[in-house]
Amino acid sequence: GEGCRTVPLAGHVGFDSLPDQLVNKSVSQGFCFNILCVGETGLGKSTLMDTLFNTKFEGEPATHTQPGVQLQSNTYDLQESNVGLKLTIVSTVGFGDQINKEDSYKPIVEFIDAQFEAYLQEELKIRRVLHTYHDSRIHVCLYFIAPTGHSLKSLDLVTMKKLDSKVNIIPIIAKSDAISKSELTKFKIKITSELVSNGVQIYQFPTDDESVAEINGTMNAHLPFAVVGSTEEVKIGNKMMRARQYPWGTVQVENEAHCDFVKLREMLIRVNMEDLREQTHTRHYELYRRCKLEEMGFKDTDPDSKPFSLQETYEAKRNEFLGELQKKEEEMRQMFVQRVKEKEAELKEAEKEVTVSLESRQLHEKFDRLKKLHQEEKKKLEDKKKSLDDEVNAFKQRKTAAELLQSQGSQAGGSQTLKRDKEKKK
Amino acid sequence: MEERQSPSPCSSRPSSPRTPPCEMFGSVGIEAVLDQLRIKAMKTGFEFNIMVVGQSGLGKSTMVNTLFKSKVWQSSVPNLELPMPQTLELHSVTHVIEEKGLKLKLTVTDTPGFGDQINNDKCWDPILSYINQQYEKYLQEELLITRQRHIPDTRVHCCVYFVPPTGHCLRPLDIEFLRRLCRTVNVVPVIARADSLTIEEREAFRSRIQQNLKTHCIDVYPQKCFDEDINDRLLNSKIREQIPFAVVGADREHLVNGRCVLGRKTKWGIIEVENMAHCEFLLLRDLLIRSHLQDLKDITHNVHYENYRVLRLNESHMLPRGPGWVNLAPASPGQLMSPGPGKVRKRANKDSREDEC
Repeated sequence: GEGCRTVPLAGHVGFDSLPDQLVNKSVSQGFCFNILCVGETGLGKSTLMDTLFNTKFEGEPATHTQPGVQLQSNTYDLQESNVGLKLTIVSTVGFGDQINKEDSYKPIVEFIDAQFEAYLQEELKIRRVLHTYHDSRIHVCLYFIAPTGHSLKSLDLVTMKKLDSKVNIIPIIAKSDAISKSELTKFKIKITSELVSNGVQIYQFPTDDESVAEINGTMNAHLPFAVVGSTEEVKIGNKMMRARQYPWGTVQVENEAHCDFVKLREMLIRVNMEDLREQTHTRHYELYRRCKLEEMGFKDTDPDSKPFSLQETYEAKRNEFLGELQKKEEEMRQMFVQRVKEKEAELKEAEKEVTVSLESRQLHEKFDRLKKLHQEEKKKLEDKKKSLDDEVNAFKQRKTAAELLQSQGSQAGGSQTLKRDKEKKK
Repeated sequence: MEERQSPSPCSSRPSSPRTPPCEMFGSVGIEAVLDQLRIKAMKTGFEFNIMVVGQSGLGKSTMVNTLFKSKVWQSSVPNLELPMPQTLELHSVTHVIEEKGLKLKLTVTDTPGFGDQINNDKCWDPILSYINQQYEKYLQEELLITRQRHIPDTRVHCCVYFVPPTGHCLRPLDIEFLRRLCRTVNVVPVIARADSLTIEEREAFRSRIQQNLKTHCIDVYPQKCFDEDINDRLLNSKIREQIPFAVVGADREHLVNGRCVLGRKTKWGIIEVENMAHCEFLLLRDLLIRSHLQDLKDITHNVHYENYRVLRLNESHMLPRGPGWVNLAPASPGQLMSPGPGKVRKRANKDSREDEC
């Protein structure tokens, strides 16, 4: 059954200790707080952080020669009584130093989105550890305005416009000891009206809870805060106080008549730290998440139909994915077949050449063989001829010799000797 | 071109190796965040959902009334003219109770008919199904594109199981039920109607029950593996020694020695509910409300709900992980009945290695 009626208690039950239980748990887990400082080089961002948290964070002042805007992030562990705070300070480096500043805001927006993305990825994981996850999302952006005394720079307006839907912006006037009191009032009015006319949504301190409504309401009227930062201590009266000493006087950081530093510290840390974290999570992060999921094609259905729209979108995506996979497979297969064909053709060509050369070689061999044979025969014949010629020559010689003898014998009167020689010869 | 030193993704406990501790030279005001938390908590209010399980006649409704000192539940005498309910039906009632400006939205779920049938096989299924349905509801809300600022939490934070005071040991029904449920929800067993046992019988019963629990690897609340640090361990060990508490419930007041106390009046005396010598009701109340309420909710959210979520997301798809691939097929009835994974997920804890089943 439903029925949410209020039932009276007959005695002390004890669940009023619940906030304490909750607080104790949070204390043991620790808190984290991430501040982004956006401002031109030399406006005193690091000094202000040192002053706010009463410590000396490491770091070297940046040069003015950066080719682009970078973000530098450092995390520190602070401990005050039993509360542990994991503080991350992200600073822009080189903001406003370039000649062309059109893209200066981009690295900042990308950084903020990257932190949201990391959280979203963790949240969408199947096995996730959200309760021990180190939350790196930016909880507040302190925007440092240069103390020109006139109005906001166009770079400031453009940057703040790009950031106001992604992060809680608190604009502050840096190095405000450079401006006189009357100029300051005019400056603040100008800045506020410019912000309003350009539709820049800066962070408003919450006024819905009575315990803080009054102080927050007053503070809202003092925005943007004119701050002065200093880590040097000067003796004033009989106390050491943080101040900036000039020949004409000393600016005390914690003197509310001199600057709004104390107001900033009150609002940022002592009164609204938790609200800043909550707004980041419930407003800025949810907006990012919604946009991202819608971008990916998800949508909630209206309450009439069954709430399994994610299922349908998933099925559609799955089919799409499978279709693409098939197509790719097909393409690869085609390519493979093509390649194989080409290779086959090549091989055939090669084969042909080989056969041709083989045949020609065979022919050559045959020719050579025959030539050789022919030569051999020729030689033999020549030899024979030679031997025959020799014989003929030999015969001729003997014939000549015989005829010579014959002619000699006939002269000497001896046809008988010739006869006898002839008979001898027979 | 952009060089970013991103903060180390480790837990936000101090003295991790990569983040240097910083000395502060004066008060900054960080502790004011505790007050801010308190204010925020008071504004949003709290929710607590408790389920009582046990056979009829064990004094469940009376116990709830005694715990929250109000007529949360009308204790019912079973009407024997009506037929016994054939199936287990769960009844939920929601009330808002206020104490010192703090509003608590309390939902009590009763389980009439549990264990009352002749055949009680699978009588835990409707209960498991109910618990998982609440997880499912929360999961659906969490997966929406446009989410509510504060997702209504109907998940059961604590299940109080009433063991009948037989004096022997846990019955098979008890063991079966406890075994299945302790993986899905925080279970706190109590010995009901403990005024029928003497102190010695009570102690013997208790130690036998503890033995039974150990033998069957039943991890009741407070679970050993979730002790975060040495203080938790000390505190919870003491509690674990005394589980199950022997309780007596009463919603009538009587006069004892001039004081008005809650108690049961019998011919041989008045059993004072809030007297530690008589019964351990105070221990139960302190555990559930005064000291561990937030812890019960946290473990439900960080462990039991996450286990359910993992199971659901793993079962209903077979595709690549990563953002964009979260989906839910409609939960089949089988899924809602089965208990969560056997090994309960532990928080990072190096010391809890003993006594693991």
